[in-house]
Amino acid sequence: MLRIACPFCGLRDHSEFAYGGDATVVYPALDAGEDAWHDAVFMRENVRGVQLETWHHVNGCRMWLIVERDTLTHEIVSVRPAHPEWANAITTETSLKGDT
Amino acid sequence: MSKFSLWSVIQNGLNRQQGWQRQWRDPDPREKYDVVIVGAGLHGLATAYYLAKNHYVRNVAVLEKGWLGGGNAGRNTTIIRSNYMMPGNRQFYEHSLKLWEGLSHELNYNVMFSQRHHVTLLHSPAARDGAARRYNTMKLTDSDAEMWDLPTLRKEIPHLNYDNARFPIIGAAVQRRAGNARHDAVAWGYARGADGLGVDIIQNCEVTGVVRENGKVMGLKTTRGEIGAGKVGLAVAGNTSRLWQMAGLGNLPIETHKLQAFVSEPIKPLLDHVVVFGVGGAHFYISQSDKGGMVFGGDLDWYKSYAQRGNLPVVQDVCECATSILPCLGRVRLLRHWSGLMDMSMDGSPFICKTPVENLYLNAGWNYGGFKASPASGWYFADLIANNRAHETVGHFTLDRFRKGVIIDERGAGPDPKLHG
Repeated sequence: MLRIACPFCGLRDHSEFAYGGDATVVYPALDAGEDAWHDAVFMRENVRGVQLETWHHVNGCRMWLIVERDTLTHEIVSVRPAHPEWANAITTETSLKGDT
Repeated sequence: MSKFSLWSVIQNGLNRQQGWQRQWRDPDPREKYDVVIVGAGLHGLATAYYLAKNHYVRNVAVLEKGWLGGGNAGRNTTIIRSNYMMPGNRQFYEHSLKLWEGLSHELNYNVMFSQRHHVTLLHSPAARDGAARRYNTMKLTDSDAEMWDLPTLRKEIPHLNYDNARFPIIGAAVQRRAGNARHDAVAWGYARGADGLGVDIIQNCEVTGVVRENGKVMGLKTTRGEIGAGKVGLAVAGNTSRLWQMAGLGNLPIETHKLQAFVSEPIKPLLDHVVVFGVGGAHFYISQSDKGGMVFGGDLDWYKSYAQRGNLPVVQDVCECATSILPCLGRVRLLRHWSGLMDMSMDGSPFICKTPVENLYLNAGWNYGGFKASPASGWYFADLIANNRAHETVGHFTLDRFRKGVIIDERGAGPDPKLHG
């Protein structure tokens, strides 16, 4: 089991999360050319080593996270919210819990 | 290399089994080859064999970083079928099944190909309609397919959970010519066949760089020195992106995911068929090996990985599937589970194509389906390398099909590699 330290919920099993994909992919402007869209939709670096990826805490706080993880050793280097502005909105209302 | 025959068995039986020879050589790499194939898995070995056999290209080396057949060749559930529907896939997998049917004779090596039927369980009228469409397409395109109603299925496979399944079984879609084979024997058979035709299989030889000159590939840097090559073919599923980047070619429409497979302790004969169970979120396939172990598998671990080891949530999912469809397995103990690296492509279909570098050819993107594909994959990849043009059957297995909009998305899952099971 991978253990992902969700910034909102604390350290949780990865079975609570859904894997998204490569977090370095940025969709181009809608009127960008075919090449830009082709590359964004279909082409991947497929990193062997530390990569940025998205995970969805679907059976938890339902927030999207950006996880820095080694695809060879599965070591998790860092976890942060994918949408910091939403994270700020939440953290001003409730205090963050530690590990549960 | 001596030929296996009834006579050789009798002769060695009278000779205390002293007359058997090594099945292939262990040569040092030469300075240059006409063709170098990277990866001595099933696809690489089959390619080398058909290059030598069909195209008389015999100055060939197959490089392997570990030992031959040590990657996905030995990490699959050995299922062989051709129940694909999409144009391109249909003809390709049918050709592969036909090659399987003659493979033991072709290689003079018993690959234990067993046409024990591939039985896809159906649980709803909609699933039955979908299967009927697919299996009718197969019948109309030179293959065998049939639909079983519930009484037929009960008679053929009596141990399934017919009485209190969460999703009651209503019938099955069946391909009788499908089945399975012994994976190691396929690797060894192709290796022996290729070696006998003069191919050098060079193990413990990891590729560390691609030598390019004026847009042409000239050879490979390896841990056993630089090896010159007229042409280079990549057949390294799981690590395709790494070699692609070594060749300076950037990104690919591929992600590397891991898929687990499982085997139970050996039990008495229970299941004569390959049975596939997929409903709701479940995906499960099972058969019984000749040794008696139940061999089964399910879905990916869902997150990208280059680690050849599986994680526990999928063990639980797969064992839940096993006991829900075959409750009699509840007390059977799991013997081993393992994981292999899949080239998951953006539409679930493979690549057998030229690359932007002259004389460099790509064989990749096999998703879950590389084992059954290996004879035809080698057949058409050899044809591509020898003739420098793709056969029409694999004409759409190109990298630019995404740009052109001619994707071959058998499952209709869209451009998310992990969803193409």
